[in-house]
Amino acid sequence: MPYLQVSNLSKTYTPGAEPVFNDVRFSIERGEFVVIIGHSGCGKSTILNVLSGLESPSTGDVIVDGREVKGPGLDRGVVFQSHALMPWFSVLENVCFAVRSRWPDKSRAEIEAQATQYLEMVGLGHALKKKPAELSGGMKQRVGIARAFAIQPKMLLLDEPFGALDALTRGTIQDELLKIVQATQQTIFMITHDVDEAILLADRILLMSNGPRARIAEIVEVTMPRYRTRAGLHHDPQYYRIRNHLVDFLVSRSNDYAGLPPGEPRVLRPGLDEDPVTSPPVVRLVS
Amino acid sequence: MKPDTWKSALLSVLIAALFIGVWHLATLPKAATAQSAANDEYAVLLGKTSAKQTGFPPPLEIGKAIVKYLGDPFYDHGPNDKGIAIQLGHSLGRVGIGFLLAALVAIPLGFTIGMSPLIYRALDPFIQVLKPISPLAWMPLALYTIKDSNISGIFVIFICSLWPMLINTAFGVAGVRRDWLNVARTLEVRPLRRAFTVILPAAAPTIVTGARISMGIAWLVIVAAEMLVGGTGIGYFVWNEWNNLALPNVIFAILMIGLVGMALDHLFAMLQKWVTYAE
Repeated sequence: MPYLQVSNLSKTYTPGAEPVFNDVRFSIERGEFVVIIGHSGCGKSTILNVLSGLESPSTGDVIVDGREVKGPGLDRGVVFQSHALMPWFSVLENVCFAVRSRWPDKSRAEIEAQATQYLEMVGLGHALKKKPAELSGGMKQRVGIARAFAIQPKMLLLDEPFGALDALTRGTIQDELLKIVQATQQTIFMITHDVDEAILLADRILLMSNGPRARIAEIVEVTMPRYRTRAGLHHDPQYYRIRNHLVDFLVSRSNDYAGLPPGEPRVLRPGLDEDPVTSPPVVRLVS
Repeated sequence: MKPDTWKSALLSVLIAALFIGVWHLATLPKAATAQSAANDEYAVLLGKTSAKQTGFPPPLEIGKAIVKYLGDPFYDHGPNDKGIAIQLGHSLGRVGIGFLLAALVAIPLGFTIGMSPLIYRALDPFIQVLKPISPLAWMPLALYTIKDSNISGIFVIFICSLWPMLINTAFGVAGVRRDWLNVARTLEVRPLRRAFTVILPAAAPTIVTGARISMGIAWLVIVAAEMLVGGTGIGYFVWNEWNNLALPNVIFAILMIGLVGMALDHLFAMLQKWVTYAE
């Protein structure tokens, strides 16, 4: 049984209207890094909020570690797109707040030590006393990541964590995240708009078709070796095949799945295709 | 920055000097013509004081009153003659107690209203009707039911301090960023801890703004309330001096009301600065 199992998930906001997404099904293994990509409005954030327990689905259920998700919990850490730091707390206090929530019986010194350790891990050991308003966007997001990691959750949910950052900062933090993930073997579910980010970080990439009635149309396995670097990524021939596949999906195929009958998404390994240009993945529409 | 502060301070002093100067010139005794001298004599014959003293008091008179009252602010010569500090102390005591009681009701109630849209909608009509009522309109009812002028004064302060704090607390609590509440939810923070570590600091600037408005209104209302109930306080002092036709003392009291009001507002401004966070 996989660590996380999502079945028959759908969300309808206004009664009677078409669901934003339906028949969403996927699973995540322990230690796996799964990224979800799709156009705006297809319900990616809603799916993540359902996994975190902040929103409830209209139908379907989420099983994490053998138990159904009924609400938010400390076993799932969340990194919010808007970093969501408390501006009245210092950087250290923000992380301490999370650590104290997880281990209320720990002493103040223990809590501070643990929070400091995770802040040093994201390279913010020098900014413990600063208020979030004094930090750049990238540093704020690092605090958000440290806060999520510091409670040592069984699973991390990242909602477009680098969406608001400039390209240079984004690259640096991606590298850091990659290092941390490789060291901690954390199970991660992440939303992104960035195809390169997905290939760099993910073991599998879930591709969502456009809404309404969006669903996970294809699952792309990233077949490149797991220890990737931003510098070495584009030297691997698989990179371009996967990238082309993802971009083709987003540009042209994401609309073709509307109205398809429910079923398991297709699992693809475009990185292993011999010649992706002459034999693009064929999608037949079944009426 | 610094030279500008100096310039504005200098300008303020100049404006004050100009104002006092014009005031002084406007209240100078008229040149004694023959007729007015005769009138003066006539007035003296009738037992009235000279014409000069019945007109609007010149600034020098105010100065004398300031020196007299601030020179000995704590004297107590019976119910109708107390030092200015004692009178202000009575007023500040009433305002302080009424305001604190209002805060004790308004902040917890505002929390409840702010967190529950249902309770908000249920209480909204009552708040909307009660809010615009002049606090002094409650005075007869308070005097009748409480039967104590001092406590009635405190009640009037309570009722006028209540609304801005209540409404601002509810508004601040309802407006706490969803993200911060979601963080608390994902961390399974217990309701009481969430109230004190997330909602209170997030809403504090709005709550203190409400408290500052409340204090401003309370200080406005206490003067009128004390004029009505009498006995002690700066409002009673003003009314008493008006009955004595001692206009310099009235003007002196007006000045003191302004200065104390400014000090109170400054106190809340500092509190506001302390709880405000930059995002």
